Amino acid sequence: MRDYFLLFMAAVVVNNFVLTRFLGLCVFFGVSKNLNASIGMGMAVTSVMTFSSVLAWTIYTFVLEPLNLPFLTTIVFVLLTASFVQLLEMVIKKYAPALYKLWGIYLVLIATNCIVLAVPLLNVQNQYSFFMSLVNAIGSGVGFALAIILLASLREKLRLAEVPKPLEGLGIAFILTGMLALSFFGFSGMIVL
Amino acid sequence: MSTIIAIIVLMTAIGLFFGLILAFANKKFAVEINPLIHMVEDILPKGQCGACGYAGCQAYAEAVVLDNKVSPNLCIPGKAEVAKKVAELTGKAVADVESKIASVRCANPISIAIKKYKYSGIKDCLAASIMHMGPKDCTYGCIGFGTCTKQCHFGAIKLNQNSLPVVDARKCTGCGKCASVCPKKIIQMIPAKSHVEVKCSSKDKGAIARKHCSVACIGCGICKKLCPYDAIRIENNLAIVDSSICIEKCEKSICLEKCPTGAIKNN
Repeated sequence: MRDYFLLFMAAVVVNNFVLTRFLGLCVFFGVSKNLNASIGMGMAVTSVMTFSSVLAWTIYTFVLEPLNLPFLTTIVFVLLTASFVQLLEMVIKKYAPALYKLWGIYLVLIATNCIVLAVPLLNVQNQYSFFMSLVNAIGSGVGFALAIILLASLREKLRLAEVPKPLEGLGIAFILTGMLALSFFGFSGMIVL
Repeated sequence: MSTIIAIIVLMTAIGLFFGLILAFANKKFAVEINPLIHMVEDILPKGQCGACGYAGCQAYAEAVVLDNKVSPNLCIPGKAEVAKKVAELTGKAVADVESKIASVRCANPISIAIKKYKYSGIKDCLAASIMHMGPKDCTYGCIGFGTCTKQCHFGAIKLNQNSLPVVDARKCTGCGKCASVCPKKIIQMIPAKSHVEVKCSSKDKGAIARKHCSVACIGCGICKKLCPYDAIRIENNLAIVDSSICIEKCEKSICLEKCPTGAIKNN
């Protein structure tokens, strides 16, 4: 139990994908203009990542490893996450139109988000068990949600500030992210896995 | 060799597997979308201003196609042209769109006006208006930080060199976004054809209004008396022009000439 908790916390803060590994930045900047959209995006990424990691773990353990083809992992996972996101989009559109209205536009963005690919790859690299992969995926998703919600809240406040002309928009967002990343570096080394 | 074959077989199998699943899902989970919605959306101006009362152009397109009660003339920026096309597509009766324009009802810019205090906070009208109703002596007047200009999707309202918002009649689509954010409610939507408007929102008594501002409406009622068509009335010490009467009947605009403070202006 303790191991799972540590793994979860490590994924959320210590090894935060956005702020310490700098992955998934295009979505991170694209959807962090307002708070509501960023919450939707955070939830969508978390759920997609959880499902696709489970799927990826299954395929790796039952197909790639027995066939002795682990070098195909990356390409198979790309295929897998992209198709899975497409499938999920269709299912949600059909059975939960309200949810689709909230998440729909983000789901397409997630298909090309590198975090969704990175998490299953790292799970395999670190040889996590099924439950460890699951916990790692959820933790990474929560970490992404935390980072994007933090940035979105900051950017909403920024609207009232006087930002120097050349830095308006993305420029100041990059600086803010740098500061957030610096503060998250304070967590580094806290949990060694 | 055997590895290569294994790779080819595996990748083909996985590709086929996901391809088939997606193809199957595409049929099975297909959601029918009325193609009319896309056609209507293409016609709309895509300013996403929300003047129609829906959360953007797509939402309005959906509503106007699916709901019989939604009228095709709600898009104000699109004016009559868009309303006609939408009505044609949806098979609804066309009603006229009254094209409107934003009118700034204050003529005393903050840079010149008498002030109560020097404001040096956030440059935003809403923030400034919280502090003792704004820095201006006249509590009804324009604060001049241009919160309205930031809202305009069409670039039609700009601050002039004196920090007074000016509406560009050619660009203004009449969506009313600027009017909705003005904390002093000095921007009002008036019919685009109006030729006379009162450039003041002060509800102060004449003497006080005059003390605050040299171009204020003091509610003297001269315009009301002179107007041959009774298009002007005085409410709360402020002259109000009934544009429905004014546009149709009057060409002379006698009120303009006789206003003692010059608060009534040509639009």
